[in-house]
Amino acid sequence: MVNPSLVWIAFFAPLVACVLITLFFLKCKNSSSLIAIIGILTSFICSCLVCTQIFQTSVPGQLQQSLTWIQIDTLTINFGFLMNPLAIMMLLIVTGVGSAIFIYSRGYMNEDPSSPRFFAYLSLFAFSMIGIVLSNNFIQLFMFWELVGLSSYLLIGFWYAKPSAADAGVKAFMVNRLSDFGFLCGIILLWSVSNIGQGRSFQFTDLVDVIPHINPGLLTVIALLLFCGVIGKSAQIPLHVWLIDAMEGPTPVSALIHAATMVAAGIYLLARTFFIFEPSTTALTIIAYTGAITSLMAAILAVAENDIKRILAYSTLSQLGLMVMALGLGGPMQGMYHLTTHAFFKALLFLGAGSVIYALHHEQNIWNMHGLFKKMPITGITFLIGTLALCGIFPLSGFWSKDGILALAFENNTVLYLIAATASGLTAFYMGRLFFVAFWGESKPIGHGVHAHEAHESPLVMTVPLMILALLSTIGGYIGIPHFLFPQEAPEGLNMKVALISSAVALLGLAFSYKIYGNRTDSDPLVTKLGGFYTVLKNKFYFDTVYGWYVDNVQQGVAVFLSKFEKEVIMRLFVGGLVKMARSSGNALRYLQNGIVQSYAVVFILGVILLFLFLIKFYALIFVLSVTPLLLFLMLI
Amino acid sequence: MITLGNYLALSGVIFSIGLIGVMTSRNVLKVLLSLELLLAASNLLFVAFSKFNGDYAGQLIVFFVILVAAAEVAIGLAIIVLMYRRLSTIQADELRTMKW
Repeated sequence: MVNPSLVWIAFFAPLVACVLITLFFLKCKNSSSLIAIIGILTSFICSCLVCTQIFQTSVPGQLQQSLTWIQIDTLTINFGFLMNPLAIMMLLIVTGVGSAIFIYSRGYMNEDPSSPRFFAYLSLFAFSMIGIVLSNNFIQLFMFWELVGLSSYLLIGFWYAKPSAADAGVKAFMVNRLSDFGFLCGIILLWSVSNIGQGRSFQFTDLVDVIPHINPGLLTVIALLLFCGVIGKSAQIPLHVWLIDAMEGPTPVSALIHAATMVAAGIYLLARTFFIFEPSTTALTIIAYTGAITSLMAAILAVAENDIKRILAYSTLSQLGLMVMALGLGGPMQGMYHLTTHAFFKALLFLGAGSVIYALHHEQNIWNMHGLFKKMPITGITFLIGTLALCGIFPLSGFWSKDGILALAFENNTVLYLIAATASGLTAFYMGRLFFVAFWGESKPIGHGVHAHEAHESPLVMTVPLMILALLSTIGGYIGIPHFLFPQEAPEGLNMKVALISSAVALLGLAFSYKIYGNRTDSDPLVTKLGGFYTVLKNKFYFDTVYGWYVDNVQQGVAVFLSKFEKEVIMRLFVGGLVKMARSSGNALRYLQNGIVQSYAVVFILGVILLFLFLIKFYALIFVLSVTPLLLFLMLI
Repeated sequence: MITLGNYLALSGVIFSIGLIGVMTSRNVLKVLLSLELLLAASNLLFVAFSKFNGDYAGQLIVFFVILVAAAEVAIGLAIIVLMYRRLSTIQADELRTMKW
């Protein structure tokens, strides 16, 4: 049986690390990173132990433990965890991939003077994500959801002196807040209708019984509102804009955001509360199409991107779109499977990119990279494995999980299948482009202070996590993740037709990119080939432009109006009015203080008489006596 | 026959004289004298009620009051002396700088 205290340790270890670093080790670079790594490793080891304990029983059940956190009348909010196979899988990904990234960060952030702060944030981030994974009710989940938003803001804007990084942090935070508003509305709406006898509840286990009793139309609304939160966190269209800018943060952060945490949270939420979405066909359809469109759009945009990290960011968007689509098609298993393998190879790719960036002293443009394969063999090979896994090449992990999604789409909806297949082909193309441009060919020095020719392999602390992740990306398809996640469902056989088609598409994409980029040129041949469309791509389909216009013209107008209203009406009229009233009455009344001791004595005596009359209830006299002293005083002045 | 009522009336009269004296006299010395009248009136009340109720605690309190009155006069006179040194007057309404 599962030992609950292990879960609690896994839950809070990173928080302890964060607090320790913040309180005592903000000046110690070495020990702060060690503490953070120990924190996340503790968490990881505990999760592994819990995992083995869960699977000791033949039918893994679920374990729930919760404490009452807030109790107001009938509103009860708990703080606890709900452990089931899905949660333990996600917990393993978060802590496992997280550990690799933490260790890698020790090397990557070595030169940064404020790295202790970085590790504190990183631990906070891990803690918030673990909180999302383990939460057993919506309010706790929402709290950690916001904490993830906060810590991502801190990490993306880690180099806050750089304006673009600070802006990117703010943007990520704002976009997430926007979507969280819908999410919160959904939570409250669901809570308000969750009374079927034993009172309202936020708990997932209670809500499972409630869902069949809810009016289908209302349920669709609730599902879509909850999906709002997913749109923000998992960066689906139209709120995907923050994810690309989030690349301003340090590379390990990008790896963490894109692989194990943050964006995975949205998919995880969908899978964990799938019972809410399942009955509503309309909501599922909308979710599926949102995912598919995001996937395709991101794949197209990645083709025109030159920044190594941004290309990877687009590929994340694209893969997230696929996962959301899988969930929309009613396949939480396929979605979570892909999430798992994606966590492996995307973390690998980002850390590989980080290794390159580290070696090239913060050069991120792929056109300034040349033949890195020979200079950095370990990074090169692991990056290649990641690329192939992402493209879905047999027999790497990406092949199996992506095939599951494509097969699901193939069986259910041809349009979605075509979109997803196109996106997969494009994925192979742009990943091939990235690989051939940056790693292929001869390494040669090129002008304007670029260091491609003097690149060297990164230290062991960075390459070992790469190798571990590469191993996981390779074997991820064979360790029975789907069965692990959903033990009740029989493992499906491979859909040969779909597998062959997608392999062909992926190979075609790679071949095409080799044809264009195999012979390295100094600039992108696509610029001329695509012509006007390239400008559209460069402007990211004008999402940012439109949002910018909206913010500048519409929102700014409202904001200015509200600000004026606040200043003029609320501050000047109400607050200022009160102040003026107090001041002028004070001005009028201070003449009562005339400095003559005896007049004070008169007032005092009259007061005593008044009190006396009040006690014997002589109201008429009280009135007369209370008016006369005033008159008396006015005469005295 | 002198009854309790007579004492109360006398006390009331003395108290009123004192009160009016406090409120109307300009001379600080007179104010101080009037204050003494107030105390004397209340002392008279204490003694009268003490006798009436047969409880001698009232008379005990009178001694305390006399003690306090003596102390008060000492301080009051000292203040008046200082006031005279500073302002060369002991008119109460000359002391009106402590205002708005």
